[in-house]
Amino acid sequence: MAHRVFPREEYLLKGHVACPGCGAAIMLRHVLKALGPNTYLVIPACCTSVIAGPHPRSAFGVPVLHIAFAASAAAASGMVEALDKLGKPANVVVWAGDGGTVDIGLQALSGAAERGHNIIYICYDNEAYMNTGIQKSGSTPYGAWTTTTPSGNPGFKKDLPGIMVSHRVPYVATLSPAYPNDTFARLRKAASMRGGLKYLHALTPCPPGWRYDPSLTVEIARLAVETGMWVLYEVENGVFRLTGPSKALLDKSKRKPVTEYLKLQGRFRHLSSEDVERIQKMVDENWERIAEMLKESSEHSGKQG
Amino acid sequence: MRLLLTGNYAAAYAVRDAQPDVISAYPITPQTPIIEKLAEFIDSGELKAKFVRVESEHSAMAALIGAASVGARTYTATSSQGLLYMYEVVWWAAGARLPIVMGLVTRALGPPWNIWSDHADFYTVRDSGWTMLFASSAQEVYDLTLIAYCVAEHRDILLPALVAWDAFEISHTYEPVELVGDAAQLLPPKGAWTPPLAAEDPASLGNLAYPEEYAETRRIMAEAARKIPLVFAEAAGRFRELTGRDYSRGYECYRCEDAETVFIAMGSIYGEVRLAVDALRARGAPVGALKVWLYRPFPYRGVAEALEDKKTAIVLSRTASLGAMGPLAADVATALALNGHSLKLVEFSAGVGGVDVTMDDVLAMYKAALEKEAGTYFWRGR
Repeated sequence: MAHRVFPREEYLLKGHVACPGCGAAIMLRHVLKALGPNTYLVIPACCTSVIAGPHPRSAFGVPVLHIAFAASAAAASGMVEALDKLGKPANVVVWAGDGGTVDIGLQALSGAAERGHNIIYICYDNEAYMNTGIQKSGSTPYGAWTTTTPSGNPGFKKDLPGIMVSHRVPYVATLSPAYPNDTFARLRKAASMRGGLKYLHALTPCPPGWRYDPSLTVEIARLAVETGMWVLYEVENGVFRLTGPSKALLDKSKRKPVTEYLKLQGRFRHLSSEDVERIQKMVDENWERIAEMLKESSEHSGKQG
Repeated sequence: MRLLLTGNYAAAYAVRDAQPDVISAYPITPQTPIIEKLAEFIDSGELKAKFVRVESEHSAMAALIGAASVGARTYTATSSQGLLYMYEVVWWAAGARLPIVMGLVTRALGPPWNIWSDHADFYTVRDSGWTMLFASSAQEVYDLTLIAYCVAEHRDILLPALVAWDAFEISHTYEPVELVGDAAQLLPPKGAWTPPLAAEDPASLGNLAYPEEYAETRRIMAEAARKIPLVFAEAAGRFRELTGRDYSRGYECYRCEDAETVFIAMGSIYGEVRLAVDALRARGAPVGALKVWLYRPFPYRGVAEALEDKKTAIVLSRTASLGAMGPLAADVATALALNGHSLKLVEFSAGVGGVDVTMDDVLAMYKAALEKEAGTYFWRGR
């Protein structure tokens, strides 16, 4: 159904300078199609600062405020309040990488979420500082090679969507560039909600950073979901719900083993079988938590309904 | 209307009269009473602005960048560590050519912790492209804040402006302040400048620029900055017609005409300097005083003209510039050198970290300056 309403208009224009196979560029194209032309982007330092193309041109068909690394959620806060005061309502959208979201921009994001500005905040998560050349971020998964974790990341990926749920924002959702219709539905829902910060978090594969052939971006994004390593869900006013293909993956037997996802990527090539087992165990434990959350949410909505 | 106001409340009244669309700020001593007063004005409906109560100064300036980029009139205020915490985006505001107005209640930088006045925070902004004004009374805080909007929002300028004043001596001291009846007469109408971002005409603000394009943006900024003294003088001229108070030259000379020695200062210390000048004149000493209101762009020519034919300039710098002459003294030296004047320049780092500087200190500095060689000295009191 949804593919028939997918707009033909393009707002990510020809001539942008994303790498071939860039997962973030695919995601941004879909996001902008869903949001349409009455949209302001606020972009901190990240790959998209470059993807936009050089001054004085812009590869985006919507206005863009480029802003300092830590500042995007705050800049969007001021912008949305100004547009409201000036009587020019529009989608104000932060489009930030994982470093600008889970690390240096987290304080501003937390403040904007708590204050409840009518902002859509989208983190495109390529799981490291890719624009500076593949350094570990707070969103880099366990075991992944980066230039600053040459023998693998000893830490664990921050659960930013979970942190945003704890802020009790009205809407949190996860996205994947492998499922444009799902992206479209999530963005349309976020844009339709007035008041409060809507937080969306997309896992966007990165060919040079994850060490794989650019033709495999969508396949790897899909495998992230099918192995259960990346879970598509939404939390609307506190109620947790699986979305897209993740709906069918609660039963472990429906999920592909994590090796299917890991083996395609050079950043995981050095992992021992113990490492892979550990990752599999973490994924399975996460799904056990999801089952509990679903139970809580159904009880919650049962009480409400 | 005449009210008894602290410097901070004078700023809040000026902002109320300017009616910005968006205010964003984070508390810090000694700035806090400004935003408390503004919150009261918003609460009572006297000021119809959005107030974004951010979680840091960095976010305060970032919020104003977002707001001004779509056309809002804006205001924030900070001090000391707060200014340094927002420093990155202070430069961003200037580079993005956004007419943000900021109040800066000058306060010493730590460590050690100190909440009293010192101009070190102020001077950090001097190369960023902000118009920088310094007030030395509550009245000047009010007046210069309104003039700051006129300069910042002028279509030839479109650069942010800050107004600074001393912690406590000005920020928390009550003085009579004359308000202008109708600030709208003075200020540019809302929407008189075209904001860089609008959904109907998508453009990008702050895109990556290669060296030549980057240099060109800086050249254009420098050209705009060169017009600031003229635009400031125009706005101050309109202000003079409205109020009788004249800031148009960007500095004030007091009993300079036949002086041989001129004191140069900014801020509250200037009041003591004027008392000292009167006392010295009563004893027959040929002295005068010069106060700087417009610090950036610096009125090099005017200051040089005021000091022409003088023998000694005594600069009172309220900061300890480490390893160099203080910025104000260096600017005075530059003004003199550019105009081929040669006179003895003595700088005293005085009032650092809020140390009280009285008329007697200034009298003692006068005596010391006549005995000392040209250079920078740390004033430890009498």
